[in-house]
Amino acid sequence: MCPECDAPVPLEDGVGRGEVVTCPECNAELEVVGLDPARFVVAPPEEVDWGE
Amino acid sequence: MRVAMLCSRIRVEEKLLRDALVHRGIEVEIVDDRELTMTLAHPLRRWDAVLERSISQTRGLAITRVLESWGVPTVNTHDVTATCASKLDTSAALEASGVPTPDTALAFSPEAAVQAAEDLGYPVVLKPVTGSWGRLLARINDRDSAEALFEHKALLGGPEHSVFYLQRHVDKPGRDIRAFVVGDDVICAIYRESDHWVTNTARGARTRDCPIDATLRQMSLRAAAAVGGGVLAIDLLEDRDRLLVSEVNATMEFKNSIDVTGVDIPGRVADHVREVVRGVPVAIGA
Repeated sequence: MCPECDAPVPLEDGVGRGEVVTCPECNAELEVVGLDPARFVVAPPEEVDWGE
Repeated sequence: MRVAMLCSRIRVEEKLLRDALVHRGIEVEIVDDRELTMTLAHPLRRWDAVLERSISQTRGLAITRVLESWGVPTVNTHDVTATCASKLDTSAALEASGVPTPDTALAFSPEAAVQAAEDLGYPVVLKPVTGSWGRLLARINDRDSAEALFEHKALLGGPEHSVFYLQRHVDKPGRDIRAFVVGDDVICAIYRESDHWVTNTARGARTRDCPIDATLRQMSLRAAAAVGGGVLAIDLLEDRDRLLVSEVNATMEFKNSIDVTGVDIPGRVADHVREVVRGVPVAIGA
């Protein structure tokens, strides 16, 4: 379930922990923190030291 | 052979790198930098090497520093990553090695920054000393804009706004070049094209294969050597008939560059990691 809007969020095959998916209902960016069952948290916003 | 891949987030690049390492028979442990604890007196020695892919430069630098103190090889090394994480350190390294780079000036107050901009000649580009993805870049076309921008920056406070890092604006032809260096080889290069003067792919630039001629190869290898070598993405600007190196990236993103170049970038990185583990002397740039 999306922690923002409670909508069900499908997980495609091959998606693992640490990946970011988008909620199909509210477009929130969600980080996958569990797989069985699927669990999500709102992905942390970009920080100033993020990059290449 | 057991390699840790240090990550903050699993993006396309990390999945491709993991698969490339596994394909080479390397056991891969994904380590989330947010969950890692390190007691300095009790080294973690379960990895033959660590591939640093942290999205957070701060965490990546801290962790590679400790790993190296424990004797764990890292790709890239802490010093290389630190040099590349700071545009100032990168500029200093490039200048010291005689690598052509845009004229760069530093100032430490708004008033001095205006003078530095006047000395460089407008337009100039204000960049954060640390930062990526084209974040907080500002092109300043005249003194009025400079005074306003520098005053705002000073009022924001914080150490990151106390250094004014300025470069002469290069009137590039709607694109820049990114060259991918692995060890002593330039494995591929792309053009990053945009109608905007900021040509980062994170800002929507399109990518296209860029042929590697002798000049681009030599310049890329010299830039890589200047910062210490490793797995690096060299950003270059076409300034009329010459190339200037603008930045060097130590935790490069490449998902938009594989198809257009046809080069197995994650595979080449994995080969490099394997050589590091085997202790093969790794040639550095030119």
